[in-house]
Amino acid sequence: MQDFIANFANLESLARIYPLLLQGLEVTVLLSLVTVPLAVALGLFVAVLYSFHLRFLNPLLILWVDALRAFPVLVLLVLVFYGLPFVGINLPQFAAAVLALALNSGGYYGEIFRAGIEAVPRGQTEAARSTGLSAWQAAFSVVLPQAVRHVLAPLAGNTLELIKTTSIATAVALPELLRSARVAQETTYNPTPLTAAALIYFLLLWPLTRLVARLERKMVASR
Amino acid sequence: MRRLAETFFNAEVIATYLPALLSGFRVTLELAAAVVTLGILLGLALAMLRAFRFRLLNGLIVAFVDVFRTLPQLVVMVFAYFGLPYAGITISAFAAAVLGLALVLAAFAEEAFWAAITAIPRGQWEAARSTGLSFGQALASVVMPQAVRIAIPLLTNRTIAITKGTALASVISVPEILDKAQSAMSISANASPLIVGAGLYLAIFGPFVVVSRWLERRYGWII
Amino acid sequence: MADAPFLLEIDGLHKSFGDLEVLKGISLRVRPREVIIVIGPSGSGKSTLLRCINRLEEPTRGVIRVDGVELSARGVDLNRARKDIGMVFQAFNLYPHLTALGNVALALRKVLRMSRQEAEARGRRMLERVGLADKASAHPGELSGGQQQRVAIARALALEPKLMLFDEPTSALDPELVGGVLRVMRDLRDEGMTMVVVTHEMSFARDGGDRVLFMDGGEVVEEGPPSTIFRNPAHQRTREFLQRVLHA
Ligand SMILES: Nc1ncnc2c1ncn2[C@@H]1O[C@H](COP(=O)(O)OP(=O)(O)O)[C@@H](O)[C@H]1O
Ligand SMILES: [Mg+2]
Repeated sequence: MQDFIANFANLESLARIYPLLLQGLEVTVLLSLVTVPLAVALGLFVAVLYSFHLRFLNPLLILWVDALRAFPVLVLLVLVFYGLPFVGINLPQFAAAVLALALNSGGYYGEIFRAGIEAVPRGQTEAARSTGLSAWQAAFSVVLPQAVRHVLAPLAGNTLELIKTTSIATAVALPELLRSARVAQETTYNPTPLTAAALIYFLLLWPLTRLVARLERKMVASR
Repeated sequence: MRRLAETFFNAEVIATYLPALLSGFRVTLELAAAVVTLGILLGLALAMLRAFRFRLLNGLIVAFVDVFRTLPQLVVMVFAYFGLPYAGITISAFAAAVLGLALVLAAFAEEAFWAAITAIPRGQWEAARSTGLSFGQALASVVMPQAVRIAIPLLTNRTIAITKGTALASVISVPEILDKAQSAMSISANASPLIVGAGLYLAIFGPFVVVSRWLERRYGWII
Repeated sequence: MADAPFLLEIDGLHKSFGDLEVLKGISLRVRPREVIIVIGPSGSGKSTLLRCINRLEEPTRGVIRVDGVELSARGVDLNRARKDIGMVFQAFNLYPHLTALGNVALALRKVLRMSRQEAEARGRRMLERVGLADKASAHPGELSGGQQQRVAIARALALEPKLMLFDEPTSALDPELVGGVLRVMRDLRDEGMTMVVVTHEMSFARDGGDRVLFMDGGEVVEEGPPSTIFRNPAHQRTREFLQRVLHA
């Protein structure tokens, strides 16, 4: 047991590497703060566009969303970071991570908003249009506020998943929390940084996990 | 245009690395099969155990679910591979990848199965017990068959999403598709292997996405 | 164009859904202050006619002019035009996430670009007009069907439309709630509002309408003053329909 603690919760090691972890945490938080709003906006845009029932566009939107659902986000990130330079586009790690994560998660958000919009009766749009609101105004003032209520649980769930997924930026050597912990672990020959990183992730995200669970229960109950 | 084709769809490069990519394809399939089987079965077992309502055990199950819903898959995977050896447990990269993903899937599966179990009306239990079935028998032969049917649509998208995480195993050098594609890409200085790899992922997960869309239509459930 | 003799002119209006021809050449002229009642069996195209008038449905063929402006012409600001045409739906279609006042004020802010205060002040006046001043902050779910429909009327009136379209405004209501809605509609008529009303309320049709249109199978079978249509219809189809609804 002593050994175990000395290994996995080594205070000395922690004292040495905690600035590194903090930097990593900062990058993770920043990455999340940039990506979540971007992905939500993308998803909203796609879903509202879809709700206009434009005959030629909708199959394309579905195809995009499905392709992304079938496609590991890490593969997308590798394509963006290592593939785009072949056509002369060199994105820094942070930008590549934002792009891949937002594209991927935007598809999921789009799907969620779309389902929410479909749960709002068509008469709502018609009433709004009959008073002179434009299609976009009707979508944003009348339909979306109702749609969001239907899909709060999956929205929160997807946000949680997105924040968790920022950890894949490790793979392109962006010094986010997981990457920093790995570097620290390799320089100190001690797993404490990994334990600490896991703990930080947990403390950061656990409230969101509880919120998602609560919303999901409410959704199941309301059926 | 020619150059673009040569960079991304180079027949020669593809021919050279196709065997490696296909071996990666097999490893990905093995990973996926192991993750889905283990994750779902563990989740099912935990949910059924929870139905017995032993207080201490339930506390542990809830804690397990919370931890593995909250931690990023990659963090769990990296911890299993780089952390466990310090505790004297050395497992292969393949096993670490399976463990990491299966634990996460098990947490989500437990939630879905448990939600389904609690959605079964009391009358079902009472009818089963009134015919002399024990609690365990009622659970196994009356409640679970119905609960599984409810849980499946809740689980498909999540299972696809987590199983796509097999690509994360490349970070700990499991020789699956992405790992093979990346090394082929850096050796050949050509992006074609990555494109083929992406195609292989689509081949695996595309059909599941189609099926899940069908399930959604049928059960009207999202995520 | 304020002196145009007709507020609404429809010429040769056709509407098909796929192979199904729902409107087969409707023509109609409505003068300012006139109240037109549209009756006819279910599926005869009454709703589709109203929905074409404010282009919730795209006409397949034909011309529609409101106050001299051709709605189907290219380059018409449809949202601007719609503000002049109020519509009241059978299912109310109130926005459940907004209060009664919020429902009335939304288009005032978004289409007329009023400030919140202006919009709410006018919204309150409109709610008062339909007898619901005290329900301004209630959500639709807290209102009876009749109250909801009166809010919906207030929502349409708030934009000061030149023309009001009613699509069976009372047929989703419990009988005891119908009166309140009809009272509001009578007030509107007395104030000189031009209205096209699809209804099965024969009492309102008889004493509230200037002219009655009987539609069947996507055509106007006959039209005339209520006294003629109800007492002495020219067509067998009209007679049969009236017999059914009056003695139901
Ligand atoms: N959006 C639509 N798509 C296809 N058919 C429609 C649509 N709307 C109405 N119809 C058809 O048009 C006919 C007339 O409908 P409607 O105008 O609602 O009749 P009414 O209001 O007189 O009962 C019906 O046969 C109906 O099924
Ligand atoms: Mg109708």
